[in-house]
Formats: sequence, structure tokens, C-alpha cells
Amino acid sequence: MASGRLTKAAHGAAREGAARGDGAPPATEPGSGAEPRLNMIDIVIIPLLKIVIVFVAVLFGVAYLVLLERKVQAWVQVRLGPMRVGPHGVLQPIADALKLFVKEDITPARADKWVYTLAPMISLVPALIVFAVIPFGGTAHLFGKTVPLFVADVNVGLLYIVSVASIGVYGLILAGYASNSKYPLLSSLRASAQLISYEVAVTMTLVSLILMAGTLSMVGIVEAQRQAGLWYVFAQPLAFFIFLAGGLAETNRAPFDLPEAEQELVGGFHTEYSGMRFAFFFLAEYANMIVVSSVATTLFFGGWLAPFPNVHALAFLGLVPGWIWFLLKVFCFLYLFLWIRATLPRYRYDQLMRLGWKVLIPLAIANVIVTGAVKVLL
Amino acid sequence: MVEAFAFYSLAAFILGFAVLVITARNTVHSVLFLVANFLFVAALYVVLHAEFLAVIQVLVYAGGIVVLYLFVVMLVNLKRPPEAHADPRRRGRLGLAVAGLLLAQLVAVLGYSATQAVPAAAAAATAPAGGNVEAVGWLLYTDYLVPFEVASMLLLVAMIGAIILAKREL
Repeated sequence: MASGRLTKAAHGAAREGAARGDGAPPATEPGSGAEPRLNMIDIVIIPLLKIVIVFVAVLFGVAYLVLLERKVQAWVQVRLGPMRVGPHGVLQPIADALKLFVKEDITPARADKWVYTLAPMISLVPALIVFAVIPFGGTAHLFGKTVPLFVADVNVGLLYIVSVASIGVYGLILAGYASNSKYPLLSSLRASAQLISYEVAVTMTLVSLILMAGTLSMVGIVEAQRQAGLWYVFAQPLAFFIFLAGGLAETNRAPFDLPEAEQELVGGFHTEYSGMRFAFFFLAEYANMIVVSSVATTLFFGGWLAPFPNVHALAFLGLVPGWIWFLLKVFCFLYLFLWIRATLPRYRYDQLMRLGWKVLIPLAIANVIVTGAVKVLL
Repeated sequence: MVEAFAFYSLAAFILGFAVLVITARNTVHSVLFLVANFLFVAALYVVLHAEFLAVIQVLVYAGGIVVLYLFVVMLVNLKRPPEAHADPRRRGRLGLAVAGLLLAQLVAVLGYSATQAVPAAAAAATAPAGGNVEAVGWLLYTDYLVPFEVASMLLLVAMIGAIILAKREL
């Protein structure tokens, strides 16, 4: 790329950028995005558009996930669920959002005001920025340009997800601390102990996945599954089980929803919160469910790949765009989350800790060792 | 130009948060400023194209170790300020001595690295091709194998020690 390119008209430069095709991802990498040699459309407008689309889609998905949860719970319990707002309650999320916007925002008198305000944001922001590295599809052709369907393909994508998720713990701890109230404090201690314990097991399963794929890039992991002709769930069933259990625990979902055990703790770490700040915690929890589902889809179920790409009789499945496959798989996981919540009773706290430290972590470590040994011997 | 601007603004944030860590009255606030400090250090690593180091910095320090600090600070009641030292002048002299020692160390390190002929570029030239995850792994398991194993032994010893302390009878 000569420096004379700077003087070119933006239009011509854009066409050149399109001709580079798949060379585009490095331009979207954070940290290197400020290179003035690249043209405006490739480095600013397209990533910005992608960010806006992903952001809106996630928030919309979260809103309707809440409705879906209430509906699925209701159906399991032979009820109807929300029916009043719109046909079969489809406008319920909008009504809920309006209600939360106009509710009074209360800060307890003895609360630590700054931290109390900060905690919901710390909870929500990591849950949203994780979507930067999740590949929703391969590439799409739009208006003569080839656009990769992910915001960024970072070469440490998987580690980025783990590390950003580990920042989310602060939201829970600080909410409990800043409320200056007993039950939220107890709940936040439970939540963070649970998160830290299960993080170890989940990260160990990711190590065995990395051994299989040989890369940390989310796109690279999907490509590795395409080349192997095998979804990693079939190669690593134990890792998948541990990841799923750990994912349930890390999102504080049933049967590991002890931080929100309403019978013991009133409501959880967000007991003192109201209005939009409460909504932030709510959004963060559901956004985290989508994150865990997306990561599970990408790592174990081939991301945007169609099922059985090697079987010729099923080649027609490839006609459906990749991002639709991705969303379908994510939806199946989300439904599984709701189904589990409606089916399984809650664990006791000591059982939860025993399961995490004495069963899942040793199993995950053994899985890494076996995977490494098989990888070396074969 | 852009990198210099990024470096100096990040450095300003890092130093600012570092000052806040030691001046904050509330211990929990102090720990929070420490987290912010670590996050900006991670951003500095990204500017240096050391993405692996950046995520590890966030994962291990900001997301792991400081969470444990926060636990301890929350569980131990630190509302009462520490009692003033009996002799403030003696404390001042001690602080001055430690600061002088640190300054001497920094000057020595900077002076030594200034006399060396760009070792970083040479290391980058000999490192195998690939991302910096591969480069870090390669160096850890070849040139720095012994320090790496010693460090992991140290962690193992600390872990066993913690287990023995926590368990009443073995």
C-alpha cells in the first residue's frame, strides 16, 4: 500500500479494498484500526455499522428472551404466561422496558453512591463487548463488497472472551457491597465465589478445545472444524458437558441460581436496585446467556457451518446462509437454558461447590491431559 | 504520532489511577482504582501489539487476583483508619530511603538498556513466525524453561501451604 493511495478518491480506494476480499479482517482489529493508509469505508463505516447492528440485535434478543422465558415457564407449568399486551403478549417486553424507564431510581441512604451507580454498568458492559469477537457467519456479499460477518477476528479471541467475562464479576461483588445491606452482600459473595470456581473448570475445557483447533481465534476454530469435518462436540463430549454446566453456573442460572435464591436471600445482589439500574443487571444476565450460547455454538457446534457439510445428500443445507444456522443453534441453547430452569430444582450451596471443585475441575484437567496425549500420539 | 499520543494518554491514566490507589480513603475504592490501573496497562500492551499479554493481564490480574483482594477487603472490616505511626519523622525517613532505592534501580535499568544495542529487535528477528501467543510459548519452553518451572514450583508450594493452613487435620 503506497502512500500515494492517500490522495486517491475514496470511491476508488473502496473498490480496491473490496478486491482484497478476505484480507479485510486485520483492518478491523482493535489497536491497529487507526492506520491512515487504509480507506475510510473499510476501517470506520463498515465496523461501525456492524457494531450498531450487533448491539441492537443483542438488546432486542435479550428483550424477547425474557418474554420467551416467561412463556416457556408458563407452558411447562400449564399456564398461559403474558397474554394481555398485544396478541399472546408479544409486546410485553416493550411495556416492561417503558415501566423500568419511568420507575423511580432509588439509592439507599447509606449506600456507597459512586460504586452503587458503577456496579450495573460494570455488569452490563462486559456482557455486551464480548460480542465483538463472536463470528456470526462467514462472509456476506453486499453491494459488491465482501463483508466478514464478525466485528473483529482477534488472534486471541477465546482468551479475550474469558478475560472480559472475568471482569463482569466486579458488577456482582460491587453491587452487593455498595448496597450496604445484608442480603445483597451475602448474595454477591455467593455469586462471586461461584463464578470464580466455575471459571477454572470452563477455562480448562477451553484449553482442550484449543489443543484440538490449534488456534485461539474464534473464526479459526470454526474453520478448523470445517477442515476436520467434525463438530468438536463429538470429539470432546466431556468438555462440552463441563462447559455447559460451568456456563449455567457462570450465568447464575438454574439449577445453580443460588445468588438469586429468593426464598433465602429476598432477591439477590440487586435487591436494593430499582428502575433502569435494576434493568441493567437483568439485561446483563440475559446477554450473558446469549454469550454462553454463542460461545458453545462456535466452539462445539461448528458456528455458522451447516450440519454435515461432508455428506453429499445433505448438501442442500448449505443453501441456507451461515448466519441463520448460527442463530438457530444459539436459539436451541437458549431454549435448553429455559427448559433446565423449568425442570431442575436448585442445588444446595455446598453441593454446588463440591461439584465444581471435586468433580468438574479434576475432570476438565484429566480431559486436557488425555486430549494432549492423543494429539501427540496420533 | 498516533502511537505516541496513545502511549502518553494511557501513561497519564495509569499514573493517575496509581496515585488514586494510594490516596483513596475507602479501601474498596482503592482496590477499584487498582483494577482501572490494570486495565489501562492492558491497553498499553495492545498499543505495543502484545495482545496475548494484554488479555492475560486482564484475566489474571484484573479478573482473578484483584477479585480476591476485594473479597478480603470486604470481609475484613477496614472502616477504621490505621493508627498513626508513633514517630512520623521516622516513617518519613524510611519512605525516603525506599523511594531512593527505587529511583536508583530505575536509573540503573534505564541506563543499562540504553547502552544495549536494540535487543528487542534482535529477539523479534529470531522468534518463530506466527502470532505472539506462539512467540511467548516458544520462548517460555526454550530459553526460559528453568525460570518458568521454578515459578510454577513456587505457585505449587504456595497452594499446598494454603491447603495445609485451611485444613484442621490432614
